[in-house]
Amino acid sequence: MSDKIFRSLLLVSALILLLIFAGMFFSLSKGAVPAFREFGFFGFIFSDKWISGTGQSTEQYGALAFIAGTLMTSILALLICLPFSLPVAFFVGEYFRGKKVAGVLGGIVDLLAGIPSIVYGLWGFYALRPLIQSLGLSEQGFGVLTSSLVLAIMIIPYAASLSAEFIRMVPQELKEGAYSLGATRAEVIRNIIFPTSFSGIFSAYVLALGRAIGETMAVTMLIGNTSRIPRGLMDTGNTMASIIANQFGEADGLKLSSLIAIGLLLFLITAIVNFLGRLMIKRHSV
Amino acid sequence: MENLNKTPILSLKKLCVSYTPGKFAVNNVSADIYEGLITSVMGPSGCGKSTLIRAINRMHELYPDIRISGNIELKGRDLLHINPSEVRRMAGMVFQRPNPFPTMSIYDNVLAGYKLIGIKQSRHEKDELVESSLKSVGLWDEVKDGLSKRGSFLSGGQQQRLCIARALALKPDILLMDEPTSALDPIATNLIEELLVKLKKEVTIVIVTHNMTQAARISDYSMFMYLGELVEYDRTEIMFTNPSDKRTEEYLTGKFG
Ligand SMILES: Nc1ncnc2c1ncn2[C@@H]1O[C@H](COP(=O)(O)OP(=O)(O)OP(=O)(O)O)[C@@H](O)[C@H]1O
Ligand SMILES: [Mg+2]
Repeated sequence: MSDKIFRSLLLVSALILLLIFAGMFFSLSKGAVPAFREFGFFGFIFSDKWISGTGQSTEQYGALAFIAGTLMTSILALLICLPFSLPVAFFVGEYFRGKKVAGVLGGIVDLLAGIPSIVYGLWGFYALRPLIQSLGLSEQGFGVLTSSLVLAIMIIPYAASLSAEFIRMVPQELKEGAYSLGATRAEVIRNIIFPTSFSGIFSAYVLALGRAIGETMAVTMLIGNTSRIPRGLMDTGNTMASIIANQFGEADGLKLSSLIAIGLLLFLITAIVNFLGRLMIKRHSV
Repeated sequence: MENLNKTPILSLKKLCVSYTPGKFAVNNVSADIYEGLITSVMGPSGCGKSTLIRAINRMHELYPDIRISGNIELKGRDLLHINPSEVRRMAGMVFQRPNPFPTMSIYDNVLAGYKLIGIKQSRHEKDELVESSLKSVGLWDEVKDGLSKRGSFLSGGQQQRLCIARALALKPDILLMDEPTSALDPIATNLIEELLVKLKKEVTIVIVTHNMTQAARISDYSMFMYLGELVEYDRTEIMFTNPSDKRTEEYLTGKFG
């Protein structure tokens, strides 16, 4: 009897969750309709014009500049993150597995993963930006590179601890099999552990990419808030998340609808990336 | 009783292994293993059989807390004082659960001992080694048309034979097997038993087994271990018909274990 109640309770909460999800999707879509009707669905996605109507000039909105900004910052962040997080993952997951060092390192990594993004943003603003300025890389210190660096620092702990999980999962009997053929530790890591955990590690980085794509606060503070496709790593721009955060406060009418449309696209993109990541994890574990 | 070759190939002298200080999982074991024969290691669960054979190829070194003392000589070479990689290539190992490398093809699995450590071979050498190794475990006809398939697609018994082929490809002096058939069905078990009897001409075999009839069927010499000690070590026929220690007799007649 109590089992039945418990099950229906679970079912109800699952349904509510699904309803919330559908409701979000519905209201975002509804809010985005005016923008898509004005510029066309693909017209909106592939236009890099973002011109707020002031008085006489006609307003014109498109998402391309922000899609570009998002791709640039998140992919660059992923590239910067890779050479730091992968070694950490192997240290924690294999080399010093079960030892104090791994525990401490793993603890620090988990701690870093839990810091709110506004703190990273602040650090980027007050520490990293002046550094970029003093290196003469850019005048203001804002831009794609600054944002990517902070994004990278934010996703390193996440990517490292998730990858370490997959590295740890490689069966001991496979490793022993390789050792029994005379392989050294480095050879076992390179030729057995890495290939065996590769698809898991890959999915960890897909999920990390998903995080970088959706990250808002730190990027909003650092990317420079300009509404065109960044011309380089030192240029300013906006990501899909940061344009919304930067401009939705004073937006109404068609502009608000366009921001909502960008929100909808971001919602879809992160959902797809996360779905792919999880799908790969599932395929990896069977 | 037929006369058996009694040239020692492997000598254990006062071998002790402990996982925790002061407690010996293998306690003062001394024995000579003879060339070209199958030696089985029997005894109740936890008596130290796996610990004993894993000491020979220095598997214990992967775990820093394990302590070994004593002496192990293979073909006159002091195994505890040479490079562990070299030791492991001289003393091959087959595990309880088949463990082919899932990311490698059958072909590469056979050559894993060379690929893993980066030894380059010509195509011809490789083909020949794969064919001869797979033939010696009776797997060639079953897999020759699918050598590029993953090793993990084979049946359990085929996987275990692949693992034997992988060990044999290195031309080891001795093959250490830890209950290699305990995860297999009777037919696959039978096949491997027949195989081992054929293989002993090429390689000396030490096999840990829980299966007394298996020990009786295939081994020439048998060891009986109890609480880390080597209680009795003799010709298998003598061991099974006329054991000299009471504990051996009790174990073999199923009184404990
Ligand atoms: N990793 C380990 N850490 C601590 N003690 C261990 C470890 N492995 C084995 N032992 C202990 O060492 C003793 C011998 O174990 P071993 O695995 O060699 O026995 P076995 O004869 O192979 O048993 P089985 O027939 O169950 O495989 C046992 O008392 C066991 O509890
Ligand atoms: Mg055992």
